[in-house]
Amino acid sequence: MTTLSVKTVFRLGLMVGIFITLFNTGCVKKEGATSGASSNIASGNEILVGEYGSMTGSESTFGVSTHKGILMALDEVNKAGGVNGKKLVLKSYDDQGQAAEAVTIITKLISQDKVSLILGEVASSRSIAAGAIAQQYKIPMVSPSSTNPKVTQVGDYIFRVCFIDPFQGSVMARFAINNLKLKRAAVFRDIKADYSVGLANFFVEEYKKMGGEIVADVSYASGDMDFKSQLTSIKGKNPDVLFIPGYYTEVGLVARQARELGLKAVLLGGDGWDSEKLTEIGGDAVVGGYFSNHYSHEDQSPVVQNFVAQFKSRYGEIPSGLAAQGYDAAMVAVGAMKRASELSPKAFREAIAQTKNFQGVTGMITINEERNAVKPAVVLKVVGRQKFSYITTINP
Amino acid sequence: MKLVQWVTIIVSVGILTGINYLLEENINPYVIRVVVNCGIGMILAMSLNLVNGCAGQFSLGHAGFMGVGAYTSAAITTVLALSPFFKTDMGVGCAIVIGGLAAALAGYLVGLPSLRLKGDYLAIVTLGFGEIIRIIFLNIEEVGGARGLPGIPPKANFFWVYLWVVITFVALLRLLRSSYGRAILSVRENEIAAESMGINVARYKVVAFVISSFFAGIAGGLFAHFQSFIDPNSFVFNKSVEAVIMVVIGGMGSLSGAILGGIIVTVLPELLRIFEQYRMVIFPLILIVLMLVRPMGLLGHKEIWELFRKKASS
Repeated sequence: MTTLSVKTVFRLGLMVGIFITLFNTGCVKKEGATSGASSNIASGNEILVGEYGSMTGSESTFGVSTHKGILMALDEVNKAGGVNGKKLVLKSYDDQGQAAEAVTIITKLISQDKVSLILGEVASSRSIAAGAIAQQYKIPMVSPSSTNPKVTQVGDYIFRVCFIDPFQGSVMARFAINNLKLKRAAVFRDIKADYSVGLANFFVEEYKKMGGEIVADVSYASGDMDFKSQLTSIKGKNPDVLFIPGYYTEVGLVARQARELGLKAVLLGGDGWDSEKLTEIGGDAVVGGYFSNHYSHEDQSPVVQNFVAQFKSRYGEIPSGLAAQGYDAAMVAVGAMKRASELSPKAFREAIAQTKNFQGVTGMITINEERNAVKPAVVLKVVGRQKFSYITTINP
Repeated sequence: MKLVQWVTIIVSVGILTGINYLLEENINPYVIRVVVNCGIGMILAMSLNLVNGCAGQFSLGHAGFMGVGAYTSAAITTVLALSPFFKTDMGVGCAIVIGGLAAALAGYLVGLPSLRLKGDYLAIVTLGFGEIIRIIFLNIEEVGGARGLPGIPPKANFFWVYLWVVITFVALLRLLRSSYGRAILSVRENEIAAESMGINVARYKVVAFVISSFFAGIAGGLFAHFQSFIDPNSFVFNKSVEAVIMVVIGGMGSLSGAILGGIIVTVLPELLRIFEQYRMVIFPLILIVLMLVRPMGLLGHKEIWELFRKKASS
């Protein structure tokens, strides 16, 4: 019995071995024996740009919107003659909203398709996971909308064209003092979300610096349903504004319960509010609140209106913030390619790092030393059921 | 052990090292990635096969045990990082084994109360436990919560993964041929008959469940140290379903079938990338056709070499 099993194991091992060798020799013939990522852009008349995103799965709206923006940007560039006479070709893959898939396809983009620049992802967790691979092979990656500070800390080849979480906090502090002229604030933070804690900390810092007073700073945990005890203690301090840098589900509930308790403070928040679900959950309680966001299609500046018109005629829908950011990410990348000293990933990286005062749809973009975008935020007001109106733009 | 066995072990390790060397020198990293993912899929499928195929219990929570292995081993090598030893190859190897043991423990805790149930009820309970395990990780801030855990040392390469494939295969093959294995199989065939033959049905179910969880944990640990990033999203219900598909496609109860299933379910979606967004329509369609043509799975209850032997004798 034992010798038999050993024999079969050996035979099977041999079979697996043969299978793997066959599998690989097949690939060697097709791909040529290259292990690294040496893209040969100079010879062809195309430049390959890679994109990875969640085209399917529960977050598919994020990926699809971004993809539309990127596609439109590249088509526009190609119509205008491309980069140094070379056409831009987009290779895009679906990661199904899975970090493991994102890592696999970014490896495919780099090693098999040999792209010289990568655009993606929306979710910070997937940008961090896949960014490590881009960094390893030294291919520049530009994230359109991953706002977690850790994304660009992965390495010097990782960039983003959106502002980071802490910036939004200071934006809302300035808005409260300069525009609303309200100087007594309470902060209600989601202790479990990095995002919320970052926003809250920078709000408090900026608000105090500008002469405001933080009368209360309390916390909840995402998933909570009842906030009445915290809200009662906030009410006792009688604040003018209540800053809730959380996600729309909890914000809606908090707003409802705050109004039930008779708390009259103006509600403020960040881009976690940006969902039609906000008013669905919060009802009339959230109406009158303000939140910071990346872009508003109601912004009357010609750049935005031109973009909205083009997007509408192409796709028949109003572009979301993610589409605008996808568009900007592609445009920042293309701008860098045009300025680059030569057509190589390394030169592209240098050029992206030097991006200054780039006029994008989502505002004037400058890339700083941490490879983050320094750019304005817009403030929106909740005016009714699923209706947000543009109030102002706040520069960094 | 006999000389022949030692030779086999040395030869197979030699072969693996050789292939590993060849791969890393010559082949494009994407292909390596798919091949290694195949290996992880094989371990996962073989381990689930023990419960779903051999013991005849329907578990739908395998991703949970994979998650336990992944998070435990990754926590040891990154968050705890008690000594620099855990950053080396051997240290990561130890961490992965500890991850497997943690998963086995989780399997024991889950299996003990729930294996009194049968069929659909057991499926629902294991599904629930799988989700609970995931939600627990989602709420532990120390391992990154929803953000995930980056920066895990990427030590699991082709060699380590396929070494574990061989270990899993040999261990499960020998288990199934032992009296333990026969007892587990008898539970599948007829519980009452098995019981009347003096087999402690509940005990063997738990044994199968614990061993299965151990190897799922190993697969998780390898996964974590291969991707170098994990998040609770990697171990959702879909992952459990994927493992079940691997087992069903290959043939319930067939170890080599599970290996085949692991390969198919990993490689096929990659090959279908040319269809872009229709990929996830075509893949299930192929699975449906496969199930209509071969309802028993590709190999049925048989092992691949049994098919060859039959041909040779006829």
